Amino acid sequence: MAAPKKTASQASGQETNNGAPRSSSLNFTKEQDLAALREMLLIRRFEEKAGQLYGMGAIGGFCHLYIGQEAIVVGMQMALKYGDQIITGYRDHGHMLATGMDANGVMAELTGRRGGYSKGKGGSMHMFSKEKHFYGGHGIVGAQVSLGTGLAFANRYRGNDNVAVAYFGDGAANQGQVYESFNMAELWKLPVIYVIENNRYAMGTSVSRSSAQQDFSKRGASFNIPGEQVDGMDVRAVKAAADKAVKWCREGNGPFILEMQTYRYRGHSMSDPAKYRTREEVEKVRHDSDPIEQVRSRLLAAKVSEQELKAIDAEVREIVNASADFALNDPEPDPSELYTDVYR
Amino acid sequence: MPIQVLMPALSPTMEKGNLAKWLKKEGEAIKSGDVIAEIETDKATMEVEATDEGTLGRILIPEGTSDVAVNTPIATILAEGESAADLDKAAPAAPKPEAKPEAAPAEAKAAPAPQAPAAAAPADPEIPAGTEMVTMTIRDALRDAMAEEMRRDDDVFIMGEEVAEYQGAYKVTQGLLQEFGARRVIDTPITEHGFAGIGVGAGFAGLKPIVEFMTFNFAMQAIDHIINSAAKTLYMSGGQMGCSIVFRGPNGAASRVAAQHSQDYAAWYSQVPGLKVIAPYSAADYKGLLKAAIRDPNPVIFLENEILYGHTGEVPKLEDFIVPIGKARIARAGGDVTLIAWSNGMTYALKAADELAKEGIAAEVIDLRTIRPMDTETFVASVRKTGRAVVVEEGWQQSGVGAEVAARLMEHAFDYLDAPVARVSGKDVPMPYAANLEKLALPTVADVVEAAKAVCYR
Repeated sequence: MAAPKKTASQASGQETNNGAPRSSSLNFTKEQDLAALREMLLIRRFEEKAGQLYGMGAIGGFCHLYIGQEAIVVGMQMALKYGDQIITGYRDHGHMLATGMDANGVMAELTGRRGGYSKGKGGSMHMFSKEKHFYGGHGIVGAQVSLGTGLAFANRYRGNDNVAVAYFGDGAANQGQVYESFNMAELWKLPVIYVIENNRYAMGTSVSRSSAQQDFSKRGASFNIPGEQVDGMDVRAVKAAADKAVKWCREGNGPFILEMQTYRYRGHSMSDPAKYRTREEVEKVRHDSDPIEQVRSRLLAAKVSEQELKAIDAEVREIVNASADFALNDPEPDPSELYTDVYR
Repeated sequence: MPIQVLMPALSPTMEKGNLAKWLKKEGEAIKSGDVIAEIETDKATMEVEATDEGTLGRILIPEGTSDVAVNTPIATILAEGESAADLDKAAPAAPKPEAKPEAAPAEAKAAPAPQAPAAAAPADPEIPAGTEMVTMTIRDALRDAMAEEMRRDDDVFIMGEEVAEYQGAYKVTQGLLQEFGARRVIDTPITEHGFAGIGVGAGFAGLKPIVEFMTFNFAMQAIDHIINSAAKTLYMSGGQMGCSIVFRGPNGAASRVAAQHSQDYAAWYSQVPGLKVIAPYSAADYKGLLKAAIRDPNPVIFLENEILYGHTGEVPKLEDFIVPIGKARIARAGGDVTLIAWSNGMTYALKAADELAKEGIAAEVIDLRTIRPMDTETFVASVRKTGRAVVVEEGWQQSGVGAEVAARLMEHAFDYLDAPVARVSGKDVPMPYAANLEKLALPTVADVVEAAKAVCYR
């Protein structure tokens, strides 16, 4: 691969711990806030419905909900352009909705029906959309980091200016292939943003019990990859950090790490008894820093009427209810599908 | 209409649970996400969160109730503007799935699984009379195959350890860097798991990577991406996303490199649907099958053999010489016994056939060439003719490729067999280093001759 254009240490202005400029906070216009609210609400209501359908036995296997973390994928998406690629792990429904994938197709995949994005053959953790440049949905913790680096490799190979975004959690951040990927991404200056969604628990193990270096933005330090910690509950902070990371990557400077500090309200999966944290801890985050409530309060303060917000709520509920309806009534895949799509 | 809260399932196997505690009282306001109750199973205690907003209208199952069946209404939530008078109109929060024939899991299970489609193996290409045959090493045949495909398609590139500046640890990629440059011939750090994943990701994005493993022993570090990411994604995506990628490199025993560098992975990869697995023997097949593998839209495992790299063979000088994947080759015709082998196993089989001929036994030697999809038809037809079969492989016997061949013969040629199928395999030990022990651990020509005579009752 060709030689790098610019190193992180040459970046000017205020710098992060790894040398890249620090992003300033950003004020949203009313329109941006309204758009963010709608997207986040769609994810939350969708996930609540998914949890409910799981409880009814309509969704099987594993089901990992994104509730609490909505600002991350919504804020990131606001900074991307069409053609940029997204890849993530198993907590993936929010990412699909944020890239514009159809709620009916996602919900029907959860219920294992033929109208699902993978015709019912993938389930919660395995959905893809070529059209939306969503590359999954991967069930092996950390695999998406190498795969996402490969998407960035393809961008670099083709000489386009697309950026790949690889999302993973604080748990996946301890996998070896993450660092193998970091090394090659920086070595070859690949346009990839590593978004570490630090929700403080890898399944039931807290960050402090699993991680020698708990500042995940520094995890690329030995590869000279710039990193930044971001308030992942504030969609504006996410968008501001994303803007900077996207610019860094698009200009050919190589990878960028964003540690999103966030929290998941629900268990790791549906069958998580959540004995590793107190109810008070969860309640405190919900009460003090809920990403959706932050935007809602801002909009109310900006004199947006309750009625307007309720209309958004109603619209989102309608989409979600329709998706549940579709997902419960769509037929299961035809038995002949058993042997299709093994080879092409 | 008021909404019924149903007893949730906490896992797909849960059928009932205990309602341990109500955390909200009748008449209390409820927001989406509020914990309203705790339920217990034999495994855990869990919180039930409200997914709807309103007022807790009526508790239908009091706390302390045991063995509440999943999906039993446990409470009723009144929406804004509703009162206790509306309670009897309650409906479940989400419609129950209708028991449509196609949608009912029980019926779907009862339906017989459809037959797996039978793959018809295409025939080898015609080599026109008068075609010049070039004698070349297998090493050069592989290099030429890659170079030709890289000239033909800019999406094809090669990555791996020492493939570029060093010219290949086994010199298979000699000259490629000089012709194609560093963009397409990429030296990686020693990081198999990582670069296999990057290769698969690039494949998802539409490129056609050739990933070289210095040996397949090191691919053990990367096997998760080969199987979980490369082989399964097409299926998991309902056909939407897959990858055209070749994983290649030397496989099996080399010479005096001991246990960690001498394993045969043919059986491992051949078990995985979604992968194609190729293990050729002749120089022409190495070239023609590698070209086919690079053009194939699926992930392909291309198993080479270090001992064979320096062997020479005749390769037809044709513009585009492609050997079809999934087709075995009758390397030598004969009517008394069928020897089935692939890769370096063919070395023993062909020499054994010479020996057997001296004793008046005409062995038919079949080079499997592709392990998956396996060309059952060709070796079954041969055994129906000879009535006797010996399978030769360097790998371990248990759950090996030879075991699979033997099982297929039992299924498809049972009535034609005049003797049990014999297997000549690597011994059931890690590969030893000492020269004498290593020799003992591998099959020999004498082993094959002996097995062939045994199935001929000679």
